[in-house]
Amino acid sequence: MSFFSEIASKPWTDEQIKVDDQFKGHTFTLPKAMLGLRVLLVVVTMFFTLLAIAYSGRMTFEDWQSLPEPGLLWFNTGLLLVSSVVFRWTKSATQQGRNGKVKLGLFLVGALAFAFLIGQLIVWQQLADLGHFASANPANGFFYLITGLHGLHLLGGLVAWGRTTLRVMRGKIGQEKLLLSVEMCALYWSFLLVVWLAMFLLLLVT
Amino acid sequence: MIVALVLIFIALGSVVFHVVNPWWWTEIASNWGYIDDTIVLTFWITGTVFVAVILFMAYCILKFRTEKGRRAHYEPENKKLEIWLSVLTSIGVAGMLAPGLIVWQQYVTVPENASEIEVMGQQWQWNFRLPGKDGRLGKTEIRFVDDDNYFGVDPNDPNGQDDVLIEGDDLHIRMGKPIKFLLRSVDVLHDFYVPQFRAKMDLVPGVITYFWITPIRTGTFDILCAELCGIGHHEMRGSVTVEKDAAFQEWISEQETFEEVQAAALHRKLNKELAQNELEPRAKN
Amino acid sequence: MTETTSPEDDIVPPQEVPEMDLYHPHSFLTRWIFSQDAKVIAIQYSLVAISIGMVALVLSWLMRLQLGFPDSFDFIDAADYYQFITMHGMIMVVYLLTALFLGGFGNYLIPLMVGARDMVFPYINMLSFWIYLLAVLVLVSSFFVPGGPTGAGWTLYPPQAILSGTPGQEFGIILMLASLMLFIVGFTMGGLNYVVTILQARARGMTLMRMPLTIWGIFIATVLALFAFPALFVASLMMMFDKILETSFFMPAMIEFGEKMSYGGGSPILFQHLFWFFGHPEVYIVALPAFGIVSDLLSVNARKNIFGYRMMVWAIVGIGALAFVVWAHHMYVSGMNPYFGFFFATTTLIIAVPTALKVYNWVLTLWRGNIHLTLPMLFALAFILTFVNGGITGLFLGNVIVDIPLSDTMFVVAHFHMVMGVAPIMVIFGAIYHWYPLLTGRMLHNGMGQFHFWVTFLGAYAIYFPMHYLGFIGVPRRYFELGETTFIPDSAHDLNAFITVAALVVGFAQLVFLFNLFWSRRNGIVAERNPWKATTLEWQTEHMPPTHGNFGKDLPIVYRWAYDFSVPGAESDFIPQNMATKDVKLAEGMTVADLKAEKT
Ligand code: HEM
Ligand SMILES: [Cu+2]
Ligand SMILES: [Cu+2]
Repeated sequence: MSFFSEIASKPWTDEQIKVDDQFKGHTFTLPKAMLGLRVLLVVVTMFFTLLAIAYSGRMTFEDWQSLPEPGLLWFNTGLLLVSSVVFRWTKSATQQGRNGKVKLGLFLVGALAFAFLIGQLIVWQQLADLGHFASANPANGFFYLITGLHGLHLLGGLVAWGRTTLRVMRGKIGQEKLLLSVEMCALYWSFLLVVWLAMFLLLLVT
Repeated sequence: MIVALVLIFIALGSVVFHVVNPWWWTEIASNWGYIDDTIVLTFWITGTVFVAVILFMAYCILKFRTEKGRRAHYEPENKKLEIWLSVLTSIGVAGMLAPGLIVWQQYVTVPENASEIEVMGQQWQWNFRLPGKDGRLGKTEIRFVDDDNYFGVDPNDPNGQDDVLIEGDDLHIRMGKPIKFLLRSVDVLHDFYVPQFRAKMDLVPGVITYFWITPIRTGTFDILCAELCGIGHHEMRGSVTVEKDAAFQEWISEQETFEEVQAAALHRKLNKELAQNELEPRAKN
Repeated sequence: MTETTSPEDDIVPPQEVPEMDLYHPHSFLTRWIFSQDAKVIAIQYSLVAISIGMVALVLSWLMRLQLGFPDSFDFIDAADYYQFITMHGMIMVVYLLTALFLGGFGNYLIPLMVGARDMVFPYINMLSFWIYLLAVLVLVSSFFVPGGPTGAGWTLYPPQAILSGTPGQEFGIILMLASLMLFIVGFTMGGLNYVVTILQARARGMTLMRMPLTIWGIFIATVLALFAFPALFVASLMMMFDKILETSFFMPAMIEFGEKMSYGGGSPILFQHLFWFFGHPEVYIVALPAFGIVSDLLSVNARKNIFGYRMMVWAIVGIGALAFVVWAHHMYVSGMNPYFGFFFATTTLIIAVPTALKVYNWVLTLWRGNIHLTLPMLFALAFILTFVNGGITGLFLGNVIVDIPLSDTMFVVAHFHMVMGVAPIMVIFGAIYHWYPLLTGRMLHNGMGQFHFWVTFLGAYAIYFPMHYLGFIGVPRRYFELGETTFIPDSAHDLNAFITVAALVVGFAQLVFLFNLFWSRRNGIVAERNPWKATTLEWQTEHMPPTHGNFGKDLPIVYRWAYDFSVPGAESDFIPQNMATKDVKLAEGMTVADLKAEKT
């Protein structure tokens, strides 16, 4: 039943009472943690959308000077992409219960994600060496702000990744819980990839 | 009982208070009488709803107060009633919105013959710039601002040379002539507010905002700042005098133009250099 | 726990949701301080919110003293005054009302009213409170740093907020922004909990349309907050960059007291858009829970189902959605493109229609009811009056052309205090009188309550109704003193003095209320099990006050909506939500088929 037809029902009528009595207590057939994560992703999407709107609004002023995009950004994008793909692969390994592959996958994901973050820091360094500080003009400010925030979100993801990995190493996690953790992390990784691609595109076209 | 009486008292008392209290807007001095009319219209439409709702509430309290044997009616909803209420409310709302938007259309459409006056806000003082004989204001930019060019007028813009500059003093305007106020700020947000004009608008650094009025009566009115602009916000005052054309011409002819200000500044500078040159040889001795 | 309550309940589906693993506290510390029980967290939230709210109340007295009797108080100078209004406004809106409605009432009522043992993520819920507390402490610390708290107004408009003409620009503003960001992080944690608990952890049979309106209000308000707070976060962060790293997001080229600044190219209006994209929904974040709670208070005390329940739900959802397309009605005089005015005036006035329908349904709930004028009911009635009064002045300010003369005058101050100050606070009081017995097992003292009610209600109306007329005269807001003007008559100063006296009296009455809260905890009359004869689940717990885990061995099963009051055919004038039809005691000579025979 869709949300709208649900709120159109008349809960006091006998017919509706019969229907409602069957209700099992949850609106979605999702684990709670997964729903929680999805709601969080909506909030984060809102956050980056607002930044993007602010950015493109500012861009329309005539004094806009855009920033050079170091080639390294492309490489970093590749790292994040691969990291996210490997996470999907790890997820299917988890589903098949192949623990060795899961461990390998998690290691790779972590290494790639850290490499991405280090790559981003090097990009900052390169830009700063060229004299593009955050305060030089609004385009620079936005660049540092957006990349910084994206990096922070990835760091947050790495905390969750770290917890999962530790548990896998210790072998102290049930199959079902492990699958849920890996699924959630993988979703988060893909989400951050999409956010990054959107932001990168925005930075590129300007 | 008491509750119902108090509610009735508040509903009717508020209307009575509205009618008898001595506090009402200042006599209008601009063409925006329509704004006042829209407010009055809004007052009576919404006031009627307020009184009706509260009186109905009081009636229910009197009539349906609990007593032995009373049992509430069971009625989950009443579609017809709700539809009626929605329609009536929508009509009432449209009745306020439509005139409002019509007047707003006038507010944002500046008449072609309006003369421009620039209002420049700074912490915490009002400055004005009026066009000279050519009827046009010169361009300004923050980077041109210096001790001798308070307004940042572009020295190379021919339109700006005869601009009349009024630094931290009163403004005079002509009665009956539409005026477009161009508003800008060199530091923070301010808001050019003359209660008798009804109109107001923020001054925003980096952009030029505007509004227009036609003064309809002579007099001298306070200018206040209506956008919090720091510790001196409440002291950021000025005054504007609306006067007949002849008086205005006399006033404006006594004011300094950009050219004159620049010339005087140059003069000062030369004098200073001269004085220094005179001093220098002596110093060498 | 997979068994149903009785074997005949074959229509009830087996429990699908596994029992929650409750965290069981072992020590005083984990039971009362680092508690993961939503009820304890709710009380922690409420106590902190009320304490910081008291600070805001005291600040309002100081402001009123200055406005009522200018020149009489040497210890208040202009800088202090602007700092007071800023801190007062921000504390009231964010740290008191938002925190109390969502963190306080939300935490307490959601699990109980939807029939869950606790919030779904208790640990995150606990973190949410501690981050909120940290945010409050950071905010309070700004009173003690050099330069004091920021005096930029609660709207924190740049460039002013971070330039030297404004008090507190050294540290105050930085602490304010940091505190807001912390608040948002903490709130988001709580908000995820509220939303997921409502969606995924209801009792069996508790469909969305069987939920009490209190939960609907809190639910939609939380969704709004989750969408709106990111805008404030982004704005605060960017302003922080502008302040500390000297970026120019909001800062154009400027001259500050004759000095050219290094900024250039930013847009102050961008900040306003971000701020109000948060700020307007914020009004509804406060109002929607109040709408929900007041609906339930009215229904219980009129012994009648809320009139037009479906319309009430639609209105809450509709208002929530519309709340995101009206923000620029706060910016009619900001210098934004004036043509936006047409759009935003129209959307703003459209939002008045569902709001008005809610009002009609509240008063129609009284019609042919069986009205008990209990204290919560009195506050609910006072809410309707003040909310209608504040709502109609909103129609003035929303109609763009009418807003032009009134914006930034005392009319605005009167409007928003009436509509989001007085009205929701009436509901908070009503709700506290209503649920206090559930929390403590005792009733609040009636005499003190009556005194508190009458003084607060009449006093608040006396403060804010006449204040509108100061706005009509043209008295601007945020003025340390009016000084010499040609248009403000002396009688306006007398009115200001009167308002100040009224404000002090109302403030005093709040002390009586606080005293009552403490006094009744020990000395109040012991409450009956379900003192208001309410239908909702929080009153049907095994113990009162409910213990950790809320319900007894079995979770409740819900058989009806929350508004089965005075059902024809039933003996009692209310049927709890968890009472099966076969258990309902029938009135004499009635059969089950007669139940609701009159229904429409
Ligand atoms: C008896 C209680 C209260 C009194 C006496 C009071 C008084 C005041 C006063 C005198 C001002 C400054 C007006 C001005 O000159 O601009 C003010 C501002 C404000 N108040 Fe209250 N207030 C009270 C309760 C509340 C509540 C409950 C709220 C919650 C919504 C609230 C929200 C605000 C806000 C948002 C401002 C604007 C601050 C600003 O201009 O930056 N107040 N209040
Ligand atoms: Cu100002
Ligand atoms: Cu709004």
